[in-house]
Amino acid sequence: MLASSTIAALRKGITAGDITPRDIVLDVAKSIEAGNAEIGAYLSWDVEAALAEADRADITKPLGGIPIAIKDNMNVTGQPCTCGSRILAENYTAPYDAGAIRLLRASGAIPFGRLNMDEFAMGSSTENSALGVTRNPRDLSRVPGGSSGGSAAAVAGDLAIAALGSDTGGSIRQPAALCGCVGIKPTYGRVSRFGLVAFASSLDQIGPVTKTVEDAALLLNHLCGHDAHDSTSLNVEVPDFTAAIGQDIKGLRIGLPKEYYIDGIHAGVSASVQAAIRQLESLGAIIEEISLPHTELGVATYYVLAPAEASANLARFDGVRYGHRSSSAGDLLEQYTKSRSEGFGPEVKRRILLGTYMLSSGYYDAYYIRAQKARTLIRNDFTEAFKKVDVILSPTSPTPAHKLGELKDNPLAAYLEDVFTIPVNLAGLPGISVPCGTVEVEGKALPVGLQIVGKALDEATVLRVAHAYEQSR
Amino acid sequence: MPEVHQIDIQHVAKLARLTLSDEEATRYESQLGGILNYIDTLTRYDLDGVEPTAHAIPVYDVLRADEPRTGFTQEQALSNAPKRHADQIQIPKVIE
Repeated sequence: MLASSTIAALRKGITAGDITPRDIVLDVAKSIEAGNAEIGAYLSWDVEAALAEADRADITKPLGGIPIAIKDNMNVTGQPCTCGSRILAENYTAPYDAGAIRLLRASGAIPFGRLNMDEFAMGSSTENSALGVTRNPRDLSRVPGGSSGGSAAAVAGDLAIAALGSDTGGSIRQPAALCGCVGIKPTYGRVSRFGLVAFASSLDQIGPVTKTVEDAALLLNHLCGHDAHDSTSLNVEVPDFTAAIGQDIKGLRIGLPKEYYIDGIHAGVSASVQAAIRQLESLGAIIEEISLPHTELGVATYYVLAPAEASANLARFDGVRYGHRSSSAGDLLEQYTKSRSEGFGPEVKRRILLGTYMLSSGYYDAYYIRAQKARTLIRNDFTEAFKKVDVILSPTSPTPAHKLGELKDNPLAAYLEDVFTIPVNLAGLPGISVPCGTVEVEGKALPVGLQIVGKALDEATVLRVAHAYEQSR
Repeated sequence: MPEVHQIDIQHVAKLARLTLSDEEATRYESQLGGILNYIDTLTRYDLDGVEPTAHAIPVYDVLRADEPRTGFTQEQALSNAPKRHADQIQIPKVIE
């Protein structure tokens, strides 16, 4: 089963001549065909196209011949890009490669397969996909998390070696935690957003979902870099992230925000994270309590800024240039409203309405400007904390995976689940989720994720801590 | 005492270029009210004098050289258009 292997191991196999890129693509395809009906991680996959790429893959390149599965909101030439939405499901074929995909290809990797997601990445369970159900491979009655639920379910369920996700408020880290794999959101601006269908442009960031921390570092090496097509892309040096792998963490200072260790965290999650803290201490790290005093503002700030930005970004779906066009519209205005109303699902409509309301005349200052000010306080909290510590530790999600349908009619309760991941996006910082044990619920071992957050552009330290912890378990 | 949010949901829908059934309008009005009540958390903090943050890692004044470069071909640009006519995107008549 090559699909259950890692990038690092398969690259060794390819270089040694033991396996070929074709073997790997065929094996991953076989795993998808055997397992996807149950897990539902993929929306589509084109074996012939991937085999053609495998046969001409340059195996001398660092990721040469490795198939990487892609969340269905990143443009890959000739492939669908549905965003989990009916509005793009029928008749959209990407005419170009996203910036991150260009770099991935330049490293020799093969984008293979399109992964399910909450519609336009709005959600934390993948239940908001209009195109299919994704199940948690650790317990098929439960959600995989989201919005990159397809990415995490594919990697954890061994239907992919590694995948790309996108993270606006936790959408890489939370599903990685709930499915039991590794997911990292890089610093805002590290990875180009060009060709990533925009949800909330000041928060969105692409990152790897992998089986190991080493693979996350390997993949990240080939996603980061400046892109002139994205005006927020950072023109900074990209270190070799794998150099951080294997270094010890003696004397490293780890902060525990007192505001995070609160009631409402599932007892099993709390116990797993406490055990991880003791483990890191035994590896020589220094544990300190810190304060992020404006934590309480995080979710409220996010649910102003993200819907506001989304309502503007999703205005482009009007049935004119691409996407669904209503067949029953009379005039142009009706074409806009009918195409959008037929094409968007309930959560997307909810957030567009929320964002439109908050940006409308008379409410803009009360909501949008106020939230941007709150964002400053949240960012300042982290700046102050990082004067004292090197990384900040918390659970990734306060609870293990829910049952499918459990939070269906309670959007606010679902939003509050993102309490630990959202502030990291608001502050633009790098954060990883790494598996830290399981909790027993109804006879199933449900994964728990440990979130490690670092200073801006310090993915290296985040990966170093995550790897030291992963290897010590 | 939290403010009760009065939302004219049909007006907001019109601004957002969405049409809502009566059932949708009732549901969204109630859900948005609940979410806005929660967002009122922001009013409990004094934010006067705080500078707003638009991007966590701001990059200013990004300009590229004003030089011609290759872009989409006409065919690529039109490849996803729902309706085409004479190498253009066709839409319902706007001007009588």
